[in-house]
Amino acid sequence: MSVSAHNVGSAASPKRSLASRHARERRFRRLGMLAVVSAIVFVAVLFSSILIKGAPAFEQATLSLHVTFDPAVIRIKPRPQRIAGQSPADFARRKRRWQRSLALVNWNRVIETALRKTVGDADISSRDLVRLVTGAERFRLRDMVAKDPAVIGTTLPVNLLASADVDVWLKGNIDHSLPDNRQQLSVAQRRIVEDLSQRGILHMAFAKALFLNVDSRSSPASAGLAGAFVGSLYMMLVVIALAVPVGVASAVYLEEFAPKNRFTDFVEVNINNLAAVPSIVFGLLGAAVFIGWFHLPLSAPLVGGLILSLMTLPIVIIATRATLRGIPSSIRHAALGLGASPTQMVFHHVLPLAVPGILTATIIGVAQALGETAPLLLIGMNAFVAHIPQTPLEQSTALPVQIFLWQGNENRNFFEARTSAAIIVLMVLMIGLNGLAVFMRQKFERRW
Amino acid sequence: MNVMIAERPVTDDKTPRRMVDRDVGDDSCHIKMAARDVDVFYGDAQALFKVDIDIADNEVTALIGPSGCGKSTFLRCLNRMNDPIRGCRVQGRITLDGDDIYDQRLDPVLLRARIGMVFQKPNPFPRSIFDNVAYGPRIHGLASGKAELEEVVTMSLEKAGLLDEVKNRLDQPGTSLSGGQQQRLCIARAIAIRPEVILMDEPCSSLDPVATARIERLMDELSEDYTIVIVTHSMQQAARVSKRTAFFHLGKLVEFAKTDQIFTNPKDQRTQDYITGRFG
Repeated sequence: MSVSAHNVGSAASPKRSLASRHARERRFRRLGMLAVVSAIVFVAVLFSSILIKGAPAFEQATLSLHVTFDPAVIRIKPRPQRIAGQSPADFARRKRRWQRSLALVNWNRVIETALRKTVGDADISSRDLVRLVTGAERFRLRDMVAKDPAVIGTTLPVNLLASADVDVWLKGNIDHSLPDNRQQLSVAQRRIVEDLSQRGILHMAFAKALFLNVDSRSSPASAGLAGAFVGSLYMMLVVIALAVPVGVASAVYLEEFAPKNRFTDFVEVNINNLAAVPSIVFGLLGAAVFIGWFHLPLSAPLVGGLILSLMTLPIVIIATRATLRGIPSSIRHAALGLGASPTQMVFHHVLPLAVPGILTATIIGVAQALGETAPLLLIGMNAFVAHIPQTPLEQSTALPVQIFLWQGNENRNFFEARTSAAIIVLMVLMIGLNGLAVFMRQKFERRW
Repeated sequence: MNVMIAERPVTDDKTPRRMVDRDVGDDSCHIKMAARDVDVFYGDAQALFKVDIDIADNEVTALIGPSGCGKSTFLRCLNRMNDPIRGCRVQGRITLDGDDIYDQRLDPVLLRARIGMVFQKPNPFPRSIFDNVAYGPRIHGLASGKAELEEVVTMSLEKAGLLDEVKNRLDQPGTSLSGGQQQRLCIARAIAIRPEVILMDEPCSSLDPVATARIERLMDELSEDYTIVIVTHSMQQAARVSKRTAFFHLGKLVEFAKTDQIFTNPKDQRTQDYITGRFG
């Protein structure tokens, strides 16, 4: 630079400086390309490792058996019918008693009989045999009878989920050459598994359980994400219902109506600071305020949603203000010049133009809230919950928390794949939400 | 809706009945707006110094001067469009039909319904042509029922000389028109609320000569019904369209006279220098 300045007027200097300028530009471009390429590589590695790990979990070992609902094993009375003159309480009591007797049936025996018939191998204990099927499947059989008692006495083809150990063995997630005392399956069990899988009775099928079931400890093979998904859904609804209207309203007030003074400066600085507060701090605050003072229930999606709303609020406010600032002032002048009041100007002209920006900000804020784990741990949403919450006030867990819980599960060689599968589900949701944001933006975008 | 101002009696002590500048005082026209000792400040910087001017009814008054001379600032004072600008302060007295428009009791919203404005860059709303024109009548409740609204819109487009070009596509976005058409749409939008005064802030600066000629012709027609104040940095335009011209320089009103007088026989040396192209 100093050289060229020194040589002002000489014919060679602009050319030389031009060459160095071009060289600098090329260098900068290469650096930029390098940054982009490395970012793509990192993302590709992340995605592919999760996909490779998680994909097998979408298939699960399943046994196609012919199950005989033997009346000798399923010894229950016919389902009570409502009799004329009977009080509802009496009918309910009878029905409950019948259901209890149904629960007391030896369902393991039904499964064992079905297996023995197929296996034709006497050299295995009942215990080992029944353990080939995951524990929760006996409740499936019970529910089939409860739904339609007419199945008693018939033989039906039923697909039963194999246990996690069988699944692990078939997928090769455990070393087949390990000595017997370090294997999860006994010698006899392994022999039968190999036999059944060769005959096609034991095969891989789509893991519906992952989507339809709730979490399970006793029966890992049937553990699913349904409860966590519904919990996350409730929280998202709370966030949308709270953070969006409050955030948009504060942004509109601050940007369009608020006088510029120390107080609004103070508010503005603090909103920006709020966006930078670590999420776990919001969790502490939520635990202290919502649970400690207001006595809202523990582990409830409502409380989680309130905390996530607080976290999403600054994001929505900042993004909405940026969008409002981007609306050309000519539109405001046009409206004011026609005698529109400032409120009419904002609601008739400025806000409609800001809608695509606000929508995008909202969806991205909600997606961020959906992936948040830390604050939920502090309000007890990491509890083991084995039912789908019916209301936002019931105990529940959330998708990222479920990932966290499965990640720590002691049944490592089964849950590693399940964890990755859950991450894939969460990521698909996120990508879906972001896609929705892009779609909304394009759909509502208006030119001026 | 303009009851609040209009029904107050016009008294002589409030209304300057004579034109301020002696050079303009040869005819006895009605004075629509008057400014007395108007100072405007942006924060600490003073943009206008003691401006005195009378705007005659049903005439085109042009404000000319070099960039930054305060002519647009003054124009915006006339319908209080400076109000939303932070740190902007207006002192002095501006009257419309003798009533102070900076009166605390006066709602600027009502004022702007009486004093329409057309801006430098055509700024139609990103809505249909119909909605652009109908917006003003809608918010001010000037039309009851759909038929009446359609009539107002058609009339306004007609007056703005745009009807023939757009009557078959009123539902198309106003932003799809050409620049000149957009500006005429903005004029139609302004006259749809039946204002008494129309302020135009360099309305042709972004238009080609053909569109400019169209707008200038339109101004001529409109001046029969409306009082028009136009800011322009084209002296030729001022000469073509206006009856009176005010020359601003460095925030001061240097000279205000009939247009032909300003251009043929200016009193002030600065005016002389400006119109002969020595600066500006």
